[in-house]
Amino acid sequence: MTTKHAIAILVNDQPGVLQRVSGLFGRRGFNIESITVGQSEEQGLSRMVIVTEGDDQTLEQIEKQLYKLIDVIKVVNLSSKPMVSRELALIKVKAEQAERPEIKSLADTFRAAVVDIGTRNMMIQVVGDTEKVDALLELLKPYGIQELSRTGVTAMTRGNAL
Amino acid sequence: MKPEVITGSEILLRSLLLEGVECVFGYPGGAVLYIYDALYGFKDFHHLLTRHEQGAIHAADGYARASGKVGVCIATSGPGATNLVTGIATAYMDSVPLVVITGNVHQSLIGTDAFQEADITGITMPITKHSYLVRDVKDLPRIIHEAFHIANSGRKGPVLIDIPKDVSAATTLFEPAKVMNLRGYNPTVAPNRLQLDKVAAAIQEASQPVILAGGGVVYSGGHEELLQFAETTEIPVTTTLLGLGGFPSGNRLWMGMPGMHGTYTANNAIQQSDLLICIGARFDDRVTGKLDGFAPKAKIVHIDIDPAEIGKNVHTDIPVVGDVKTVLEQLNKLIKRADKADAWRDQIQQWKAEKPFKYKDSNDSLKPQWVIEMLNETTHGEAIVTTDVGQHQMWTAQYYKFNQPRSWITSGGLGTMGFGFPSAIGAQMAHPDRLVISINGDGGMQMCSQELAICAINKIPVKIVVINNQVLGMVRQWQELIYENRYSHIDLSGSPDFVKLAEAYGVKGLRATNKEDAQAVWREALETPGPVLVEFVVDKQENVYPMVTQGSTIDQMLMGDCE
Ligand SMILES: Cc1ncc(C[n+]2csc(CCOP(=O)(O)OP(=O)(O)O)c2C)c(N)n1
Repeated sequence: MTTKHAIAILVNDQPGVLQRVSGLFGRRGFNIESITVGQSEEQGLSRMVIVTEGDDQTLEQIEKQLYKLIDVIKVVNLSSKPMVSRELALIKVKAEQAERPEIKSLADTFRAAVVDIGTRNMMIQVVGDTEKVDALLELLKPYGIQELSRTGVTAMTRGNAL
Repeated sequence: MKPEVITGSEILLRSLLLEGVECVFGYPGGAVLYIYDALYGFKDFHHLLTRHEQGAIHAADGYARASGKVGVCIATSGPGATNLVTGIATAYMDSVPLVVITGNVHQSLIGTDAFQEADITGITMPITKHSYLVRDVKDLPRIIHEAFHIANSGRKGPVLIDIPKDVSAATTLFEPAKVMNLRGYNPTVAPNRLQLDKVAAAIQEASQPVILAGGGVVYSGGHEELLQFAETTEIPVTTTLLGLGGFPSGNRLWMGMPGMHGTYTANNAIQQSDLLICIGARFDDRVTGKLDGFAPKAKIVHIDIDPAEIGKNVHTDIPVVGDVKTVLEQLNKLIKRADKADAWRDQIQQWKAEKPFKYKDSNDSLKPQWVIEMLNETTHGEAIVTTDVGQHQMWTAQYYKFNQPRSWITSGGLGTMGFGFPSAIGAQMAHPDRLVISINGDGGMQMCSQELAICAINKIPVKIVVINNQVLGMVRQWQELIYENRYSHIDLSGSPDFVKLAEAYGVKGLRATNKEDAQAVWREALETPGPVLVEFVVDKQENVYPMVTQGSTIDQMLMGDCE
């Protein structure tokens, strides 16, 4: 069965490491839905979170192939464990004077913030799991979305789960 | 060694020496001029100047396969480096340990499309085990030390070190690297004991067991352990193309090679097996044929150093991750004879007797199979044999009888034409006292023939065989059998006179067109010191049989002359 998975990859913070990882996905026909990279808790190491889709066998191959990269130190399939996943989106939505209170209250419901107001639009910042971002977007669509930028998912296991 | 301030180039050479390098194949150019300057008058290891970078890397590959050591080659930036790509991919596909050193432009020019700049680490990322772009001369000793370790441990493979010109020129205090800190690299060598118990139990259960052994047996040095494993369990053995020599071909348990041009016995045995023990092989499609329908009744054991190979192509029931030699050593303490398999053993012997490789010999023309048989007989199967790619490669795999590991060198995974001849030069450098024969088609011989110069100048006594059928034989075979005799662009007329070509380089050339001459010229070649090229002009119509066409399971063989 094909399902979505978030995979966290601890890598050496080397030039070219993103290329190695993303190249491996492309070359072996694995799909990347989103990819985020940034610092980890340890100096010299970065953490990547990749959201991908595949059945169990594909996922097993992804993990094993990743481990073949010398710069990959640890691979964790977050989706198999209790985890917290978040992404951030900035949404520039058309907003005439009259619509602003409505949009503001939508944003409030999602605990999103209005971070900028233009003459005819507003910028909303939302943080949450993918579903929440999707849901807010769905509601904002009728007003007219002018620009959208999503970060992709970053994630971590809960508590002591490793 | 006293710490000293020296250049990156000198650090490179000294580090290579510390890694035990005896022989390097290379080609100079602008970006490696500092390195070649340091090589001026350098005598501590051999540097062979090939005539093409492709020759250099295939030679380094042949050296590595024949010796078990790391092969090393050097090329300049840009076109020099890109000329290595085919050779790097060849080594990667066959898990051959290489350290490939390329020069690059000055760091300040990297990324500017500078003269002779190529992003060689980027280009080769999918075909190297690992790669380095050296940014600081201080990192060089560590990087070289790591590169050799990575290349020749775990699943072996090529490692590239790209050295910008300013790094090879820069100076620093040289302290040899001793410690290694590769957190992300810990190959599993020792297997899990529980898995071994499962294998031992499965052997007791099996009534139709088969061992499928591959290149991993040769690379791990586990051939003796394999022999012991087979003799104790008395399970019949088939060896893949790269596994040839990993098990003695004369052994009664040996069934020959499986797959597309494998034996009737090996292919049927795999298909009917109830236990298939795959050791250091990766279920390549040339071995499995149509995957859906491969070994349909078998419980599958897969022993491999690379966990990513397990379950990649074929579902595995008992995975064992570890070094083949170590695994077999431990397994050999747990196993007994497979007692339920007596009827199976009889069946195998019957198949072997009924359906060996066969061809229709002729007294008017030379048959390529006959030529290979003659080479085998006159050398008692003891030479190191390299081949190029095509029909001659398959005939050599079928008719030459290998009894020792590392005596068979061929491009299996990538199937690289042009590999056969330069790889023999490398093999001969590794074993100056052994007889090295390089068997080539008339097509592939023309892909690296310029290296005849290297043989002549350095008196490298390779016996170069050209099986001349005047066509791209393997392509002709496919066109005959699958494309209804539409012989599109396979005619090699216009090929050089190979005897004259050899002589033009100062290599002795001989030719035979019938059996009598063939025996005579081959005897002359063997008696002549130094390199000799022998051309055997053979029947152009011959096909390699059996053959499993694509999309068939491996027991659906076209038997041709083997009928
Ligand atoms: C570099 C490269 N190009 C093309 C091929 C495809 N190919 C495989 S076998 C073959 C024919 C080889 O002909 P020849 O060298 O004359 O050997 P023969 O098959 O006749 O023994 C070709 C073209 C290849 N394997 N490698």
